[in-house]
Amino acid sequence: MFEVVSNEILAENLHKMVLVAPRIAKARKAGQFVMVRLAQGEERIPLTIGDADPAAGTITLFIQAIGASTRKIVETPVGSFIRDVAGPLGKETHITNWGRVACVGGGVGTAVLFPLVKALAEAGNEITTIIGGRSERYVILADELGALSKNLLITTEDGSLGYKGFVTGPLSEMIADPARAPQAVFAVGPVPMMKAVANLTREPGIETIVSLNPIMIDGTGMCGGCRVQVGTETKFACVDGPEFDAHLVDFDGLSDRLTSYRKEEAHAAEGCKLAKEVAK
Amino acid sequence: MSNNLSPKERMAIDRVHMPELPADERSTNFEEVNLGLSADQALSEAQRCLQCKTRNCVAGCPVGVSIPEFIDALACDDLPKAAQILRGDNALPAVCGRVCPQETQCEALCVRGKKGDAVAIGYLERYVADWAMLHPDRLLKEAKPASTGKTVAVVGCGPAGLTAAGELARMGHQVTIFEALHDTGGVLRYGIPEFRLPKEIIDREVAVLADLGVTIECNVIIGKTLTVAELTEDFDAVFIANGAGLPTMLNIPGENLKGVYAANEFLTRVNLMEAGRREDSATPILQRDEVAVIGGGNTAMDCVRTARRLGAKRAMIIYRRGEAEMPARVEEIKHAKEEGVEFVMLTAPLAIVGTENGWVQALRCQKMELGPADESGRRRPQAIAGSEFDIPAGIVINAVGTNANPLLTATAPDLKLNKWGNVVADDEGQTSIPGVFAGGDIVRGGATVILAMGDGKRAAAAIDQYLKR
Repeated sequence: MFEVVSNEILAENLHKMVLVAPRIAKARKAGQFVMVRLAQGEERIPLTIGDADPAAGTITLFIQAIGASTRKIVETPVGSFIRDVAGPLGKETHITNWGRVACVGGGVGTAVLFPLVKALAEAGNEITTIIGGRSERYVILADELGALSKNLLITTEDGSLGYKGFVTGPLSEMIADPARAPQAVFAVGPVPMMKAVANLTREPGIETIVSLNPIMIDGTGMCGGCRVQVGTETKFACVDGPEFDAHLVDFDGLSDRLTSYRKEEAHAAEGCKLAKEVAK
Repeated sequence: MSNNLSPKERMAIDRVHMPELPADERSTNFEEVNLGLSADQALSEAQRCLQCKTRNCVAGCPVGVSIPEFIDALACDDLPKAAQILRGDNALPAVCGRVCPQETQCEALCVRGKKGDAVAIGYLERYVADWAMLHPDRLLKEAKPASTGKTVAVVGCGPAGLTAAGELARMGHQVTIFEALHDTGGVLRYGIPEFRLPKEIIDREVAVLADLGVTIECNVIIGKTLTVAELTEDFDAVFIANGAGLPTMLNIPGENLKGVYAANEFLTRVNLMEAGRREDSATPILQRDEVAVIGGGNTAMDCVRTARRLGAKRAMIIYRRGEAEMPARVEEIKHAKEEGVEFVMLTAPLAIVGTENGWVQALRCQKMELGPADESGRRRPQAIAGSEFDIPAGIVINAVGTNANPLLTATAPDLKLNKWGNVVADDEGQTSIPGVFAGGDIVRGGATVILAMGDGKRAAAAIDQYLKR
């Protein structure tokens, strides 16, 4: 049982939750995730470890409540418990001093980006962080990321904050400017965003790393559900990833596999609504 | 009651038939197929045992159960004694009585099998173990062993780990099992379906260990949450039994289409996460009319029978050799056939064919014929040119096998591995690190529950010796 010690709303449907998990807090490195199961009968969900405090024995999770299971997890009040949290899983991010690094985050991916930016900053990189959202209220962690970065650029689709457009706009400007072009790019966000970033950096040959979040069941190297085509090989995100060379990932295949249970999920969401109707 | 029939009288008794749920009823639910013997059936079957001096059956048992002795106690209607004998040799008798391949082990060596049918040792084991679970008040109390003050960490709560833990606890050592998943049992829970091994049986077997003082910590992944080095620091000895790893891919086109499962994923969704079995399970599972399962082992049978129960109209086994070459237990094949599973033999997959939206629609196959025997002694299948054909299928399940799990070994650099990534251990389970032992699938690759249990039992004896040095 893992106690929830804080649970705050950062943006619509986005929660920052701190849990007591001393062993995971101690073992965890940037880029790793945990498998979370709220209670008996619930799904196992992979969630990136956003941050950890080994002294306090706590880990921080950023949770986007988009499905039936994540919605239930974020409803857990402070002082209550989550039944199962297992990790840290996946490989740690390969951190080195590249020099100039661009870190690109979209939506909840911005939260996944946070521990990477922190580790990259600690390694002495000069970081430009580019984060985007649909509109101002979907832009998260701007202050936290700004404190770790040399430059922070914000994009919104509706122009309500920062640049109007997508994260790829400021990134392509950076790449085109020899004085600002990054030696490495980290991108975390929706699959189309990561694919667009990979396409921008492929031609100039800039090393680009993406963090993937495919469907997982056990997360411990057993079921094979998280397989992703990377170059000519089939890789398993839970043991070989979750970070991969963006120029080798088959993003279309990943996108497609993510829709495997769309019908079943819609049914579950419908069930939720019905249950609420009945409760009324 | 005494067990004093003449050999002639014993020989005159026919082997009992296991009562089963009717096939048409069971193929739509997850109820256990084998119902267990009645008291009269068990007594009569026990009397068939000739109580021969050679005890060949015991040599055929990987954990060395005192088979004639427990059967004699049963024939004398002394169930508490039978249960005590069984439990003394086997930490998981209710599991073994259900899933062991007795026909190739103890029963294969039974003297009565030379002329007629072997004694149904597995059925009797199950009968005694089930009786013991229902009559805890009538069991002979186990003497609590004196504590040795030694601690042992067991990695993995599957058959090898549970067996080793039970043995070590009975020797007086303090045992902690670390399990990566959120529940106990390992492959017994995530792999073997409810209709062969009800989860309640696992819970009860695990409860026996808890009574012995074994601590079980779930959600701890050795190699990640804690390392082997940390365990050797904190415990006097370590037994690694973390099981099998990622699926062996078929390496044919279309493996990443939607609707293609590895056996472990399909079974874990249904068995561990209860997808399709419980109305309120949050974990989804795809359900289609036509399901093709590739492979001929027990895992393939478990998948195809599960698919049938989830509603598949055509549930098919696709296997490149013939039925005689299948590694699955005879009973599983028989049950699958009764439940309407189709066996497409001498057929090898070439590709998985998808729709334009990325869903599986067929398995492209070619016909095979059997050539000369290969090194495994089985006749090698050879492709028949021009025999390609498509089998319509909405789900394809790969049940050809698994590779070694890399999670623990990746962070244990001193642990010697073979070229497949399995831990190298001697017959007693000793690895390249002193005080660290290993057994089960992480050593053997894919094997059976009972072989893993045998490893656990031998390693426990070796660990006991090691701790007494």
